[in-house]
Amino acid sequence: MIGGCTLNISTVLKQGALIVRIDGEMDLNGTDQFRNTIDSALENSQVKYLIISLKGVSFIDSSGVGVILGRYKKISAVGGKLLIANVKPQVARILDVSGLLRIIKVFSSESEALDSL
Amino acid sequence: MMIKNQIKMTFSSNSENVGIARVTAAAFAAQTELTLSDIDEIKVALSEAVSNAIIHGYKDMPGDIECEMTLTEDMLEFVITDMGRGIADVDLARQPAYSSDPERMGLGFVFMESFMDVLTVHSAVGKGTTVRMSKKLFNEQH
Repeated sequence: MIGGCTLNISTVLKQGALIVRIDGEMDLNGTDQFRNTIDSALENSQVKYLIISLKGVSFIDSSGVGVILGRYKKISAVGGKLLIANVKPQVARILDVSGLLRIIKVFSSESEALDSL
Repeated sequence: MMIKNQIKMTFSSNSENVGIARVTAAAFAAQTELTLSDIDEIKVALSEAVSNAIIHGYKDMPGDIECEMTLTEDMLEFVITDMGRGIADVDLARQPAYSSDPERMGLGFVFMESFMDVLTVHSAVGKGTTVRMSKKLFNEQH
């Protein structure tokens, strides 16, 4: 996907967790859409577990990392958990450098993340 | 130092243009022998510099951002300039975790420093900021 396009975001409820699947490039241009979609889905579903699947994410910068951290803080404040699944190597590197991997667990699949809850 | 290729572009401080600048930088870098991993790093650094200009330089107000990409025999250089608010304390702004926005991590300059070989920042309050960053091209000479 070329830069500048909006993200494709879908949400699904499974085993009491909200799974958010993202496709595209997570930069400044997609942060509002990402934040609003997750926050309203969390509010509507009233679940405490959030799994963000980054299978379709080929790029992330500090804007994208910042929004994930914001959701982590929000869900942790109500005793919930945020997990990440399906991370491409180039995205994993950014998450690592950012320090996010020290506080958020990453799984190789959504089902592995679900099983850990 | 002889310039082998150069692109200069000016675009508005619109978040859609972060991706366009990033993709242009990747295409410009692809003419070198840099690896895909190196080019991924350049994309992140460019994205951070342009995002900073939009968010902090212009505070989401309209403005122009200049982006100059230069290839020499041993260096790939990117210069991103805004004519926005400027940074009062550049050294403080470059500190990890420093951010004027609670929803952000203050990682912009950290990523630029981590992924580029040279980073210099010149800023004047009320006049704007210029970020100059380079990647060395070791394979170009040998």
